[in-house]
Amino acid sequence: MIHADTRKVPLRRLLAASAMAVLPATAMAAELEITHWWTSGGEAAAVRELASAFEAGTDHTWVDGAIAGSGGTARPIIISRILGGDPMAATQLNHGQQAQELVEAGMMLDLTELAEEGNWAELVQPKSLLDACTFEGRVYCVPLNIHSPQWMWTSIKAFEKAGVEPAQNWEELKAAAPALREAGVQPLIEGLQAWQFATLFQTLVSGLGGEEVYYGVYRDGDEAVLRGEEMAMVFEEAVAAREMLEGTNVQDWNLATAAVINGEAAANVMGDWAQGEFQVAGQVAGQDYDCLMGLGGEPLISTGGDAFYFPANDDEAITEGQKDLARLLISPEAQIAFNTKKGSLPVRGDVDLAEAGACMQKGLEALKAGKVIDSVDMLISPDVAGQVGDLLAEFFASDMSAEEAQERFAEVILSDK
Amino acid sequence: MSTRRPSSLLRNPMAKLAAVPMVVTATVVFIGCSLWTVVYSFTDSKLLPRANFDGFAQYDRLWSSSRWIASVENLAIYGILTLLLSLTLGFVFAALLDQKIRGENVFRSIILYPYALSFIVTGLVWQWILNPDLGIQGMVRAAGWESFAFDPLNSPGLVMVALLMAGLWQGTGLVTVIMLAGLRGVDEDIWKASRVDGIPAWKTYLLVVVPILRPVFVTSVVLIGAGIVKLYDLVVALTGGGPGNASEVPAKYVYDYMFANQNLGQGFAASTMMLLAVLVIVIPWAVLEFGGKRRG
Amino acid sequence: MADVAFTPDQAAGRPARTLAGPVGARPKSRITAKRVMIYGALGLVSLYWLLPLWVMVMTSLKGMPEIRMGNIFAPPVEVTFQPWVKAWAEACTGLNCDGLSRGFWNSVAIVVPSTVLSIAVASVNGYALVNWKFKGSEVFFTILIFGAFIPYQVMIYPIVVILREIGLMGSVWGLVLVHTVFGMPIITLLFRNYFASLPEELFKAARVDGAGFWGIFLRVLVPMSLPIFAVAMILQITGIWNDFLFGVIYTKPDTYPMTVQLNNIVNSTQGVKEYNVNMAATLITGLVPLSIYLISGKLFVRGIAAGAVKG
Repeated sequence: MIHADTRKVPLRRLLAASAMAVLPATAMAAELEITHWWTSGGEAAAVRELASAFEAGTDHTWVDGAIAGSGGTARPIIISRILGGDPMAATQLNHGQQAQELVEAGMMLDLTELAEEGNWAELVQPKSLLDACTFEGRVYCVPLNIHSPQWMWTSIKAFEKAGVEPAQNWEELKAAAPALREAGVQPLIEGLQAWQFATLFQTLVSGLGGEEVYYGVYRDGDEAVLRGEEMAMVFEEAVAAREMLEGTNVQDWNLATAAVINGEAAANVMGDWAQGEFQVAGQVAGQDYDCLMGLGGEPLISTGGDAFYFPANDDEAITEGQKDLARLLISPEAQIAFNTKKGSLPVRGDVDLAEAGACMQKGLEALKAGKVIDSVDMLISPDVAGQVGDLLAEFFASDMSAEEAQERFAEVILSDK
Repeated sequence: MSTRRPSSLLRNPMAKLAAVPMVVTATVVFIGCSLWTVVYSFTDSKLLPRANFDGFAQYDRLWSSSRWIASVENLAIYGILTLLLSLTLGFVFAALLDQKIRGENVFRSIILYPYALSFIVTGLVWQWILNPDLGIQGMVRAAGWESFAFDPLNSPGLVMVALLMAGLWQGTGLVTVIMLAGLRGVDEDIWKASRVDGIPAWKTYLLVVVPILRPVFVTSVVLIGAGIVKLYDLVVALTGGGPGNASEVPAKYVYDYMFANQNLGQGFAASTMMLLAVLVIVIPWAVLEFGGKRRG
Repeated sequence: MADVAFTPDQAAGRPARTLAGPVGARPKSRITAKRVMIYGALGLVSLYWLLPLWVMVMTSLKGMPEIRMGNIFAPPVEVTFQPWVKAWAEACTGLNCDGLSRGFWNSVAIVVPSTVLSIAVASVNGYALVNWKFKGSEVFFTILIFGAFIPYQVMIYPIVVILREIGLMGSVWGLVLVHTVFGMPIITLLFRNYFASLPEELFKAARVDGAGFWGIFLRVLVPMSLPIFAVAMILQITGIWNDFLFGVIYTKPDTYPMTVQLNNIVNSTQGVKEYNVNMAATLITGLVPLSIYLISGKLFVRGIAAGAVKG
């Protein structure tokens, strides 16, 4: 176990020193262009930890290519640059099926040697993260952090205002909804965007349906499960969610979370990144707000997150720099420094986050206890995920029946299995 | 004085040379890239374009997608209304400005300035103004009309109104200026004649001036039409396609499928349908423009 | 003429004074019911058109606590220029915390050559299309107009391939070329219509004097085409200055235009949205095209008149 107590030793110096030790000094210094979409305050601070450690520990220079707006904005840029034969040195991409074709086309640097040398197979927890980076037995990316979307954030103040006990699970929230409405509180709030509906829905599946149903739907595409009673129940709950969502008029997720923070809404289903918002607002878990893993039902979390890929490059100096960067990203110091700032969990099983909040600790415990499922990103293609998002956006904005939604959902999933 | 007429290929070599950039752009970029798109729309390309042919599968899927159909319907509504309203408003504003008024420059600048702003922000500002709590609805309610309801961004039936409000705000200025320029070219004598004959002004505008301004309308229609077909940024910035799919448009479908959903084949199939639709607009225009009268 | 468009109640009561500005071309200041209605209508339209600008400016001068309190239309209780300072010099995009200032000169370095090259090419195109027609020239022109309608996004990957093959991928010159290509349809249309409106005798007389293709263009046509060049310049500067997609795809971080920082400031997916900084950043980014519009005012209309009207 490596503990980094950041209160005693200045983190940057610690990082620099350890980076020196970890990274072999190379003769060739290179400018490495790094593309990512971490542009908000906390995210940028986290990236700065990586960059300064990288520049302190090697002769290379970090040229920052930040582009706000994930997926739709950053992806065409990343792919175009790679296709154009003039790639960046490293780029952020989500774990999952996204980069597979680029790997197949031989456009990504093979990191297998580094992975063996650094014993990543042992270090990376849960294993599925490294699996997502592995293609035909070779490693092509470095997992950097873990984010889990299956959380429900509740405002204790809002429940008190309505004179009811703060809900500890989905059923209690439903039961409290009329009283909350009475008191002028929005029972449930989500930003009105497809991905947020998809987050809510997959949390209903894993939290209320459990692991078997979750895998049956997303991994196996099992028709019996998709068209079965348990999913019918999940869609009935989605209808209940739709009723509780009525009156929502925000788009951005952080505005939905803000409504929970100031007590206008009672609950928001959102990923662990929402915790940063509560922290910024100076709220304390258990006192001002609660975080309920898996809606207070099955405490399963899925482990998606960010990974770095290194496009293959003709320039040897850059290739060296890429390897140095890869080593750094997975080093315990970088893992602690980065994830503390970012509010995500480290990918190594052997580091502790001294500053992790109560909710983050819950997540860490779930990780240790193996209450982990593969993330939806890893299980279905972006194409299917997009269609699911479209369907759910339609469902939550209309009065589509649970039966029709279930049938259309089944068709979308089955079209790709 | 040159009376020689050499063979057409060698005549005016400089003129031919000067046209090379245009010819290359037209053939390589516009035709070439369009054909490339059409060809790859028959493949099952995902993240990268790959020539793995798949027949009409992408088109079957496209036309059975409720989102695509909604996109086409939305754009049809938006397109017809934008075209009509831009031309009408542009013409009326221009006619008002043409009444020898004071402060014409000020007004023209006011109506034209949105054209200089990027859509990223246009969307953000209108999101605020149309926000039910912060914007117009909130203001009217605060002023005492408690039951007033105007929340287009969150009502599927009204969301296109929101797009129109912002789109017209952004684009009408240019049309107005073009129309104004056209009106300035209309002969004063026409007005004198119609006044002598006692014809009401609106009738003169409709029956005499509008036909004279035909080329102005054609230019405006090309500009407005190109903006309509390419409508994307404003939707993303203002509504994100929602609520549900009530403000989805084809260009957004193309973009989302090509990049967010990583299904290039599907995106190309959708863009092929868009290219077809453009042909339906452009060919009649070319016939009108070049079919009849010829200069020279 | 009073019955041009607006209903009486819409036109009621706006004082004409709000529009008082430079005196128009041929003003006749008689106060009639018709005048009142015209100014009233224009006043209402101006109000609608200025509302977003008002909101932007007011928001950019407020602090975040005041924005959270509520009324977006109200002027700031406490005026602060901090959002402007932050947007220009301090806002972070990734690691670099020097705001929009970072991309300003890059934008200039992209806009100037792109505007010059695209106008040079398109003006010669328009000239050749009108005065030196060759077999098929109208077909190519029709294809250009078709090109004006193609959604840019569709062209991203094929253009990547083209730029790669000619070795310009990732350089500013590649981007200049792309802007030239996509500016060509509309700008060529404008020049073509303008040159077609000039009396043909000019061209014939120069021919008789023995002037060639370039001679006629440079010595006869260009000097009398200032307004249309102004229009083309304005349209291109505005379009290229506001471009984000091409700028970010076809260049590298060192040469990213200002809109990339604007996007990063406005579109950050996580964290607190600083609306005042967003609005200030927008206004700053828009200042260049806006001031060009305002300065060129009349020239723009004259040019548009010439380029769009005849055809």
